[in-house]
Amino acid sequence: MSEAVLRTERLSKHFGGLVAVNDVSLEFFADQIHAVIGPNGAGKTTLTSLLSGDLSCTSGCIFLDGEDVAGLSADRISQRGVGRSYQKTNIFLPFTVLENCRIAAQSRLPSSMRFVRAALAYRDVVREAERALAEVGLEHKAQETAATLSHGEQRQLEIAMTLATRPRVLLLDEPLAGMGGEESARMVELLQTLKPAHAMLLVEHDMDAVFALADRLTVMVEGRVLESGTPDAIRASAAVQEAYLGSEGLHA
Amino acid sequence: MPRTTRATAVLLLCLLALALLPLFAEKYYIQLFTKMMIMAVFAMSLDLLVGFAGLVSLGHAAFFGLAGYALAFAAPQYEAANLWLSLPLAMACSGLLALVIGALVLRTSGIYFIMVTLAFAQMLFFLFHDTKIGGGADGIYVYAKPAAAIAGWEPFTLENYTHFYFVMLVLLVLVYVALRRLLDSPFGRVIVGIRVNEQRMRSLGYRTFRYKLVCFVLAGMLAGMAGYFAAAQFGFVSPETLSWHQSGGVLMMVILGGMGTLTGAVVGAFAMILLELGLQGLPEIGGMDIAKHWQLFMGAFIVGAVLLLPHGLLSLFRLGSRLRRKPAGAHDE
Repeated sequence: MSEAVLRTERLSKHFGGLVAVNDVSLEFFADQIHAVIGPNGAGKTTLTSLLSGDLSCTSGCIFLDGEDVAGLSADRISQRGVGRSYQKTNIFLPFTVLENCRIAAQSRLPSSMRFVRAALAYRDVVREAERALAEVGLEHKAQETAATLSHGEQRQLEIAMTLATRPRVLLLDEPLAGMGGEESARMVELLQTLKPAHAMLLVEHDMDAVFALADRLTVMVEGRVLESGTPDAIRASAAVQEAYLGSEGLHA
Repeated sequence: MPRTTRATAVLLLCLLALALLPLFAEKYYIQLFTKMMIMAVFAMSLDLLVGFAGLVSLGHAAFFGLAGYALAFAAPQYEAANLWLSLPLAMACSGLLALVIGALVLRTSGIYFIMVTLAFAQMLFFLFHDTKIGGGADGIYVYAKPAAAIAGWEPFTLENYTHFYFVMLVLLVLVYVALRRLLDSPFGRVIVGIRVNEQRMRSLGYRTFRYKLVCFVLAGMLAGMAGYFAAAQFGFVSPETLSWHQSGGVLMMVILGGMGTLTGAVVGAFAMILLELGLQGLPEIGGMDIAKHWQLFMGAFIVGAVLLLPHGLLSLFRLGSRLRRKPAGAHDE
């Protein structure tokens, strides 16, 4: 197999006495979805934040294209092609839906230190934003204020903003959380189409979606990797059965 | 009429009134309105920080006052400085100071940002107050207004109060239009994005610190422009122009008029100065000298305005147009 696009080596994050992420070594390959599951408090979101640069790790390494990027700020990680969507919807509520994506797409201009020409006159940026909106199926809401969208639509917008930055690596933190059945199905379909050309981390509680999408599956418990392998191997694992699937059942 | 068209119409009418004012008004009022326009530019520069970038600075007078001192130092004793040289110089001084202060204070946010901007402005205040630079607490005179001559040709002279008035009117319009354009540019969108959700801007790949710093420097330079003309008009610069009273006053103008609108900053600047003057001119009522205690009433007015009009005086206009649009006798819903 080719080299991993994104790889962590013995990654740890301590919050005071709490070890939120403990010695995690994972690999993410292009054209693959690597799902991370685990009970609440297992450290999935913290892991995502470490990879996106929102948090800095206590120890360990993060290799992006073979280069250690641990300690780089979130904006630099983003400029290197890593896009993140948040579990708790993190959009610009007073802006229109289109402007949310436009400001995301604008981040790919060499610089936004441009003071004279109107932002909307940068047609390529606007087109990119519209493309991202169309991808998640929100183009008909483009002119509405983000705050007026339903919860599910705000989740879709969250993903669209991430896509508007044209990332190579996608870190998706519970993209399906709070979505209705139809919206969920649409999102699963979208993630399927995004699989080629993206290395993807998918943190998700919806087991149907996880098993439908994942090429690789990692189970985290209390900050550690309990098991990592193909979905079939995980399903068969006795340890996983006991620690996670068995006790909580499949949240289908 | 759509609201934006109506707002533009009102804005143009106000502009027309300002342009015609010197035809009717006496010298005193022309100079008063010149001062109001200077303060309006100052208030707009702060609105860029407070209302758009979300950076509440309580030290904005530092840039205003420093430019005044720059003019005083640039002018040869008893002679006029060259406007075309001293104005850019004064604005550059303010901009440089903003770069240094900004590089330090923009690492903080919220209440800490307020405190640190205040602290830096106070340092500058005491530098000018307690040392002999610029005449210490007594201040320094600007004996002659800057001369606008270019190779012998003089398009206008600031010694003429009507000329000064029109120069400020043109500058007010220019600054307003330039800021409007700026806010509509990619840079402006980034600034507003940072106010709304800075963390998300960072995760989208923006180095927010740089944008905030550039914004801080731009605001400092504009404040410097206002401070330069204030010193030129008044003919005198004292440490008071750098004081926290001055910073607080301009912040009050922005809040009173309505933050994040630019127009509100202008309205607030005009309203505060007119109000101050109006209160100081009130007669004695029932043995109480209102004019002497004008600040008491100013305070009451501001408290009232903030309570009743949380979006500033500008919302009075919106309120008015909303009431008019509703036909008489119509019920809500």
